[in-house]
Amino acid sequence: MNESSRLLRIVVPIAVGIAFLLLWEGSVRYFGIREFLLPAPTRIAQSLVENFGSLMGSLWITLRITIVAFFLACVGGGGLAVLFSQSRAIEMALFPYAVILQVTPIIAIAPLILIWVGFDHTQLALLILAWIVAFFPILSNTTLGLLSADHNLRDLFRLYGATRWQILTELQLPSATPYMLAGMKISGGLALIGTVVAEFAAGSGTSTGLAWRIVEAGNRLDIPKMFAALLLLSLLGITIFFGLAWVEHSLLKRWHESAIRRER
Amino acid sequence: MSEAPLIELSGVAKTYGSGTLALTGVDAKIERGSFVSLVGPSGCGKSTLLRMIAGLIEPSAGAIAWPAAGGERPRDIGFVFQDATLMPWARVIDNIYLPLKLKGITKNDAEPRIMEALARVGLSDFAQSFPRELSGGMKMRVSIARALVTEPPVLLMDEPFAALDEFTREKLDDDLLELWASQKWTVIFVTHSVYESVYLSERVLVMGARPGRILQDIAIEAPSPRGRAFRESTAFVGQCAKISAALREGAKG
Repeated sequence: MNESSRLLRIVVPIAVGIAFLLLWEGSVRYFGIREFLLPAPTRIAQSLVENFGSLMGSLWITLRITIVAFFLACVGGGGLAVLFSQSRAIEMALFPYAVILQVTPIIAIAPLILIWVGFDHTQLALLILAWIVAFFPILSNTTLGLLSADHNLRDLFRLYGATRWQILTELQLPSATPYMLAGMKISGGLALIGTVVAEFAAGSGTSTGLAWRIVEAGNRLDIPKMFAALLLLSLLGITIFFGLAWVEHSLLKRWHESAIRRER
Repeated sequence: MSEAPLIELSGVAKTYGSGTLALTGVDAKIERGSFVSLVGPSGCGKSTLLRMIAGLIEPSAGAIAWPAAGGERPRDIGFVFQDATLMPWARVIDNIYLPLKLKGITKNDAEPRIMEALARVGLSDFAQSFPRELSGGMKMRVSIARALVTEPPVLLMDEPFAALDEFTREKLDDDLLELWASQKWTVIFVTHSVYESVYLSERVLVMGARPGRILQDIAIEAPSPRGRAFRESTAFVGQCAKISAALREGAKG
């Protein structure tokens, strides 16, 4: 890709965004749309500034739970995948339950987890719920990656008398890295979704994350603040996605096909 | 020959779980320091036989003995696959280090041997490259260097140059002969190219399919060292014709 087309990739979406905001602002003013139906972008920005302190506090709470849940999902999903790759019996015994956890809608499990953990430990409940949503893509991708190591390379390792541990660390884990990173990219977004859903389920008064701010602002018909919180959630999701994409690119750029840009 | 053979195959057979008879009744002796090719059509079990010699597959019947190596299969066997089979995430130097690393040798101790192996295949300048930065022929050289780094008494090669273009292939054939002449390992070379087998080896074991078996054991007569002139000589063409005839005979059943 050459310089000018790379520039276009940045400029065009920004121009579209600005045009959209202008159209929005203009329509709200021209048609006199009421604030509690659709606030103008400038009004949302104003609300963001006015509520900056409380919104940032909430952002931090949501961010913290998302990050911890994501981290635990990497450890749990990756660890379980390694276990599965080492023992067919364990995989056979546990994998169906991992699938059940994944396919059961999180919003349906949330009340149960909240009761079990207790309403005085809401943060822990949020963490568990976000983890349940986030761990599966890492588990299934890493399992696939660990089993996808080149069979001839495996034979070569056997030929040189490699131990199981050496095969795991020198062959299977490096082979699984691109798969695991792809899983992590999905899980990062899911951890945020899990946190938000869990916050909604936990209800008001017990947790003060961004989702709760949205519920609270909605109850008070403070729609500009609702949009402001929504904006912060989107920015958070975008940051997580691009952060993980950057990690993926920097880890794989030297060797993996997915990260190599070809001259044409 | 008075010396005991390095490898002795007696009645070796392989039946896969599906009931396919891949090989039956293979008897052969491989002398130490010899260069032997296995030639045959697809499905004649030549790769299976090579993998059995390497210990990657167990024979269903018969035995593979190593009389000249104290009876046991040597721990260091060099194996070269049809694909270079390199670790894409590791630099060339680390790919070659692999066999030594798996034995617990530190990289510092291994480095002179790695560089020597790289020099032997003419890739000294590419130690820090990643496999994807190399051409097909260069990757194959790295693969050979990796097989050489343990100084193996036996080098097993499974159609190593089959995926390369003719020009690169001939160059690598010559390099392989040169290495073999200087090191005198035992080489067992699987190929489906009659020309390559005649050019490289002292002996050609012609194999047939359904079931896989050895049809003929043909000694190759060639000047030493071999080169361009041999490739174009009538003696070369004659011996190729002989092997082709043996293959056709086998195909008739």
